[in-house]
Amino acid sequence: MSQIKALIVDDSSVMRKIVERSLRQAGLDLSPVMEAGNGAEALCILDAHPIDLILSDINKPVMDGLEFVRQLQTMEKLRGVPVVMITTEGSESNVVQALSLGAKRYIRKPFTPDQVKEHVLPVLGL
Amino acid sequence: MKPCDETPISTVTFDRPTWTPLLELSAREVFDIMLGTRLHPFPPVADDSPAIANSGEFTALVGLAGRLCGVLSIRCNNQAARIMASKMLGMPPEEVDNDSWDALGEIANMIAGNFKGKLSGVGNHCMLSVPTIIVGSDYETRSVAAANMIEAIFEFEQTPLWVTLELNE
Repeated sequence: MSQIKALIVDDSSVMRKIVERSLRQAGLDLSPVMEAGNGAEALCILDAHPIDLILSDINKPVMDGLEFVRQLQTMEKLRGVPVVMITTEGSESNVVQALSLGAKRYIRKPFTPDQVKEHVLPVLGL
Repeated sequence: MKPCDETPISTVTFDRPTWTPLLELSAREVFDIMLGTRLHPFPPVADDSPAIANSGEFTALVGLAGRLCGVLSIRCNNQAARIMASKMLGMPPEEVDNDSWDALGEIANMIAGNFKGKLSGVGNHCMLSVPTIIVGSDYETRSVAAANMIEAIFEFEQTPLWVTLELNE
């Protein structure tokens, strides 16, 4: 596989950096990682850039992760992009909803780099 | 932020003896996993001791709504917040700038999420707010309702770190 184009969606810049570092520790060959602070920003990025992998928080301002995944599924060209949710929510209902909307996996915060690897590699077919 | 169902809040009964160790465990797990740091209790000292003075310069607040309604806060000094961010990001403390605010908010968010997930019947019925950060220590917060409070004080880099949960009745 050529370099992976990843988009990380989280309102916390610290968390975006931690997720990116975890992806690199998982051994992924990443092209420069794209970042968005909320779902609306992410949709703008996706409109302009091809992306292979999306990691998204659920609880964030402007457009939350559930609405973001819902909107992704309405867009023909983005429907196949794998989405991994990263959430603080202990709420099973949010997780189930995210998965039913089209997310492939979810990772619960706090997380280890190994957990990121365990969930991300399979959705990339690695 | 809105409650995720109409279940009366009275269905969860405040239980200090059970919840205090769960709050402590929630904080310890977050620091262990995300910072690689083991938290220990802060030794008891007088409120006016040098160890306590100027130790609460940064506060991160996360609101809870639903079966649990209230606020979880963590409080520490500037240097501790900077070191937390540096440990989370794997970079030297001197290279951390405004990330220390963000890191403190994320830690509060994860402790709140971890805690509610440990309470039976709460995880699915309690929403968390986006974190708020207060810089400075000369402030008071007042709840509109009578509150139950749990507080754990840990030692982080030789300074106190307060983790406080205030719940409306």
